[in-house]
Amino acid sequence: MTLSLVIGCSLAYISLLFLIAWWVDKRAERGVSFVNNPYVYSLSLAVYCTAWTFFGSVGRATTGGLSFLGVYLGPTLLAPLWYMVLRKIILISKNQRITSIADFISSRYGKSTTLGVMVTLIAVLGIVPYISIQLKAVTFGINTLTHFKSGVIPPSPDFWLDAGFWVTVAMAVFTGFFGTRKLDPNERHEGLVAAVAFESIVKLITFSAVGLFVTYGIYNGFEDLFTRATFREDTARMLTFESSGITTFSWNVLIALSLFAIILLPRQFHISVVENTSPRHIPKAMWVFPLYLLLINIFVLPIALAGKMIFDSSIHPDTYVLSLPLEKGAAWLALAAFIGGFSAATSMIVVEATALSIMFSNHIVVPLLIRMRSIGRNNLVNGAARLLDIRRLSILLMLFLAYWYQKSVGNTYDLVSVGLISFTAAAQLAPVVIGGLYWKRATHQGAVAGLTVGFLIWAFCLPLPSMAQVGIISKSFVTDGLFGIAFLKPYALFGVTGMDPITHAAFWSLFFNTWMYAIVSVNTRPSMLSLTQADLFVNIHKYISGQEYDILKREAKIGDLKAVLNRFLGESRSLWLLHEYESLNKVVLDDQKTAQADLISFVETNLAGAIGAASARVVIDSVAKEEPISLDEVMRILEQTREAVQHSRIMETKNEELKTLTLQLTTANDQLKQLDRLKADFITTVTHELRTPVTSIKALSRIILDDYDRLDEERRTAYLQIIVNESDRISRLINQVLDIEKLRSEDNLRPMEPLELTEIIAAAVNGMQQLFAERNISCSFPHTGESWVVKGDHDKLVQVVVNLLSNALKFCDPVNGRIDIGLLQKGGSVLLSVRDNGPGIPHKAREIIFEQFTQLQSKEQGKPQGTGLGLFITKKIVEQHNGSIRVESEPGEGALFEVKLPLSEP
Amino acid sequence: MSDDRSSNLIILFLIFVALINYPFLQIFDRQELWFGMPALYFYFFFIWLALIVVVGLIVRKKRKS
Repeated sequence: MTLSLVIGCSLAYISLLFLIAWWVDKRAERGVSFVNNPYVYSLSLAVYCTAWTFFGSVGRATTGGLSFLGVYLGPTLLAPLWYMVLRKIILISKNQRITSIADFISSRYGKSTTLGVMVTLIAVLGIVPYISIQLKAVTFGINTLTHFKSGVIPPSPDFWLDAGFWVTVAMAVFTGFFGTRKLDPNERHEGLVAAVAFESIVKLITFSAVGLFVTYGIYNGFEDLFTRATFREDTARMLTFESSGITTFSWNVLIALSLFAIILLPRQFHISVVENTSPRHIPKAMWVFPLYLLLINIFVLPIALAGKMIFDSSIHPDTYVLSLPLEKGAAWLALAAFIGGFSAATSMIVVEATALSIMFSNHIVVPLLIRMRSIGRNNLVNGAARLLDIRRLSILLMLFLAYWYQKSVGNTYDLVSVGLISFTAAAQLAPVVIGGLYWKRATHQGAVAGLTVGFLIWAFCLPLPSMAQVGIISKSFVTDGLFGIAFLKPYALFGVTGMDPITHAAFWSLFFNTWMYAIVSVNTRPSMLSLTQADLFVNIHKYISGQEYDILKREAKIGDLKAVLNRFLGESRSLWLLHEYESLNKVVLDDQKTAQADLISFVETNLAGAIGAASARVVIDSVAKEEPISLDEVMRILEQTREAVQHSRIMETKNEELKTLTLQLTTANDQLKQLDRLKADFITTVTHELRTPVTSIKALSRIILDDYDRLDEERRTAYLQIIVNESDRISRLINQVLDIEKLRSEDNLRPMEPLELTEIIAAAVNGMQQLFAERNISCSFPHTGESWVVKGDHDKLVQVVVNLLSNALKFCDPVNGRIDIGLLQKGGSVLLSVRDNGPGIPHKAREIIFEQFTQLQSKEQGKPQGTGLGLFITKKIVEQHNGSIRVESEPGEGALFEVKLPLSEP
Repeated sequence: MSDDRSSNLIILFLIFVALINYPFLQIFDRQELWFGMPALYFYFFFIWLALIVVVGLIVRKKRKS
């Protein structure tokens, strides 16, 4: 077969893939998703089957018998758990917009940059051997087709003559076109997924075709083939574990490694999680994908047995899939098989390199660029083209790293041995991922410690010795142990022998990885962000319902709730209520088993209507169990509490204000009441005061009118005098009431004028001289000749003095009445004092005598004279002159009224 | 999501872990042909298919309910 034919077919096939991808992308742009389909999803998951499966399994079967099946039984084993595990990962990833396994791990542990870089490095370095075997498979595929039986061509010393080099270049270009055509924020590539799904079909059909050709074309069916195989010692050996030297332990490690790989390999994570269009595809994928694995493995053993029987050991078992048809003259089938193997390799490389380039650019290059400030966070969108270039470059880099590994190391090992090195690397992520999903206590430090230890042991036990074996690095640590310590031999750590290198490395690396992760986690404290992320990952189901959570997370069986409702509300009523709830919330309760918190609250509320809130609570508590409140909810509750506290603080302040206001109002009210009472008293007093003189005036006038003639002159004069006096009293009273009203209404006085205080006193005393004389009261005003000038209203000040004097007059000792007037300077004021020698004022009364209508009564004097307004008016006038008035008195010692007025500036 | 279904799937997983392990494997790890196939080969593919069928049934039951 010519090289041009092989290359031509490969190019035609690649063109077909491009066409499919282009067509699917085109449809996706129009909103018709081709890959939103459980079967396409299942088939795209079959990217798990690479050249390893296609060529390598057969090779593996010739040495390890049926142990090759472990790689497929692991994923099959996990499939039932996808419903819980994979679904959870997908929900978290969609919720958090996660784009790779590195993103997933870094997000879980507080969005750690360190972990993102670590996982990316582990993935890139760990997956390089895996990519290298794809390159190797394609290369030897081409060589087998073109040089079958013509002798193996020696590897060319010049790389540009090496087929592997050109395969690598072609793959890099192909991947670059496929995986990095556009920058999608969700890293979804529908065209790529469709192409991968298509390739899965090609793989299965071509491999089965070869299998059928071998089983039914070369032999007469399974029975014939297997029976012949039992006759040969080397083929019979392949039929049991015992004879092919598989131990229980290595078998289990192999299954565990592949079980982890189906989720943790970057490309599997990419296809099963990032490219997933809906978690509803999972149930179907749970049986379709294992079925695919089963189908593609049926013919592995027959082909391996046939190859062994036909070629003995003349041809490398990894090429049996191609060489068997070639040997039997079916060149077209060999070409088809090559296309199948080419499919397997390309799909793996494209998806793996795409996934790795996303990790590489997102977790290493972009953080670096941001740190170097060469692109800001804001113009990342503008940097899209640049990012795509970075990805293309990283793809190129990884592929050439793989090429280098294949040239230098890979050639000495068979496909599966090299691939398992990558599986072991990917498995290092298992503890942090599984712990991250189910163990909230796991911390960032624990993850870093676990990954570091696991990765170092892996590197020490697998890739480094293989590199030493081919002479890239010194071989001494393999034979003598690290630093010459025999305990640290990479294939026999701690002196433990008897395990194959993979089992050995996987066991020790995962053992230390897991325990470091657990121990460090338990002994470190997670950051706040790490805690919230942990809660989000572990309890994702609470977050995606998108509903607010009750403070009490309650769960109850719907059946129990119905029973409770039936018992307390009756069957028809409870049915009606639940119907109402269903139509209100647009749910079908029969679909659910456990009731959501809002349904429980609904039932409780309705029950409360019938049996009271407290009883309803007790009844509901008996059927609902409360879930422990998660941290996030606690935070939310705290937030609410904080708000409540703030509100209550505001309330407190308002309350205080209200209290003050109430106090003020009460005081005002009291004052008003007092005033009201005073007013009433005032009126009573005034009318009473008016009636007394009016009565006497009336009576006397009548007497005069009726008995004018019989009354003698003297009598008449006396009566008339009384009438005049009483009239005076009335007019005085009326004047004073008017004065008060005037004082109240006019706050501002007429312009003040400078007045000589002595003149005012003299005027007042003169006006009262007659009264003093009548009562036989001596009034002394020692005039010193000093001048006291105050500012004020003349008439009013006179009234003040008159009032004080008449007050003194009233209370003076009736026999030996004496009134002393004095003037004294005190600071910038003058003190005007009026002293009498009356009975004095009782202590209690002193506080109230300046109130209106305060009339002092005493046993000796009986009913007082006057209106009770004099001192009140006096006080008001003095206050209007910016002065003050006070009284000093001891019972029995007379009273001293003292008016203090500011002296006017001369 | 039904607890029953999850439990069933977990039980299935645990049974399968036991079935593809020793000592079950030892029962079939013999140089014999069953139905024209090596005993171990036949056993593996048989339980594999059984698992697929059971998983299919469990998830299909969910669809109908």
